[in-house]
Amino acid sequence: MIGLVDCNNFYASCERLFQPRLAGRPIVVLSNNDGCVIARSDEAKALGIEMGAPAFLMEEMLSSHQVAVFSSNYTLYGSLSDRVMQTLHMHCHTVEVYSIDEAFLYLYDMPHISYEQYAINLRAAVKATGIPVSIGIAPTKTLAKLANRYAKEKKKALGVHVLDEQDKIDEVLSSSAIDDIWGVGPQYTKLLQRHGFKTAMDLVRAPEEWIRKNMTVVGQRLLNELKGIPCIEMETEEAPRKNICVARSFGHLLSEKTEIAEALANYTAIAARKLRKQHSCARVINVFLQTNNFRQQDEQYFRSINLQLPVPSSSTTELLQYATKALDLVYRSGYNFKKVGVMLLELIPSNQVQSGIFDQRDRPKDQRLMTEVDAINRSWNGKELVKFGRQSGGRRWTLRQERLSPCYTTRLQDVLTINI
Amino acid sequence: MEETIQKLARTSTVIPFYKIIAAGFPSPAQDYSEPEIDLSKVLQPNPTTTYIIRIKGDSMREANMPDGCLAVVDRSIKPYSGAIVLAVLNGEFTVKRLVKAGRNWVLHPENPFYKPMLISEDADFQVWGVITHTIVDQK
Repeated sequence: MIGLVDCNNFYASCERLFQPRLAGRPIVVLSNNDGCVIARSDEAKALGIEMGAPAFLMEEMLSSHQVAVFSSNYTLYGSLSDRVMQTLHMHCHTVEVYSIDEAFLYLYDMPHISYEQYAINLRAAVKATGIPVSIGIAPTKTLAKLANRYAKEKKKALGVHVLDEQDKIDEVLSSSAIDDIWGVGPQYTKLLQRHGFKTAMDLVRAPEEWIRKNMTVVGQRLLNELKGIPCIEMETEEAPRKNICVARSFGHLLSEKTEIAEALANYTAIAARKLRKQHSCARVINVFLQTNNFRQQDEQYFRSINLQLPVPSSSTTELLQYATKALDLVYRSGYNFKKVGVMLLELIPSNQVQSGIFDQRDRPKDQRLMTEVDAINRSWNGKELVKFGRQSGGRRWTLRQERLSPCYTTRLQDVLTINI
Repeated sequence: MEETIQKLARTSTVIPFYKIIAAGFPSPAQDYSEPEIDLSKVLQPNPTTTYIIRIKGDSMREANMPDGCLAVVDRSIKPYSGAIVLAVLNGEFTVKRLVKAGRNWVLHPENPFYKPMLISEDADFQVWGVITHTIVDQK
């Protein structure tokens, strides 16, 4: 059987854990730069606040309903997510961390305990971290997703639902809308609704030829999963990424090249660190620069450029040189820029790098330097203690985070202070 | 003297010096080595359910909890009578000793200048976690 553990309104739950007076109050969390709503508590959903709604259009509504508004604090969410996932690893041998707030569990036969009792115990164990979760258990991943949704909506107090009999599977299939099925996106939803499908049950009852013809092999797989035949494997090892992109909007519009270069240098350092973490080197670096296309009063500009490295590299020093060169090529003065980004492409494993005949660079030295820098920064709790000159400056590019909560679990000066 | 040095320099070869190789006796302790005591294991045996908080105020002074100290809270421990807890009473955090008095529960301060609080039945009350250690800076 497959279990799906999903944190309930994860970001809102993280914030609420340290502010109990927010119990029962609506909470929303905003995207980077406090742009739009990316997470809502149940109370906020009940107010009709939509995902992706721009915060600045709702100021009045948010304050009149006393909605607690937070900037996204990924340091905090990441730390609490780790606690949840570690707890799952303690209770299950095979865990696939699917996202920051979701994990699949592979469950062997349990002769001494029912699946339901196991899930109830697991839920209590995770609750001790402070984060409430719901658990769905079913023969396939797709059904486990539906079971989880059912637990959240219809068995709130228990928070657990197990599909171990056909009757229970049928009940969930009949009560799940087409677009609630994992893997059915907006395109398929439209297609299926046009042909009169309403629930997951309608899909299961459809003729296989029709599904194969209209939804290809993807649909066939989906159909099997809904029928209880596992088609989607557990993926417990994170596959190395094929490219790495770091791009963020600035906290303010920027025109000065030096300020943009500073942001780019910081993004490049992050990207290079990710690259080294997965033991890859990049052959190509892409830099792009753009204005804000929502500001109609501004003249618009977008340019992107690829530079090929003579020898694939993962050294921050070298990547910074190319990023700077790329920015020189795409930058034009006189625009209000909103975003700069760097992408590392054509990644290869670092032990498969071919050196160049005319290569002048002392690569072993680069590598030693980067190993030391990574080690120092790691030992300082991920804070960037050692950085490159180009990364420092006025920091005008940094995110706007006006309603950021403290990093309660990772910074001693931020721990919860209790007045007694 | 100068001549001798020059003569030596002409005739001698440079031998690269790589690293120091230990040539003495192996330590008799090496088969018995153990990792150092890890304070974080003492303070948080359950790291996934443990949080650190800072105490402001002196109502728990006599329970070794002076103003400004750090406290370790474990959410996985079931609250019991006599435990010092981080509690939430009507939406507000507090730290007190949880005591069962007859049929009632009381939040008991550890300082004669403060009064115990009876937890009334209609109160919104919840134990957030049990305090397992306090860390006091003695410098």
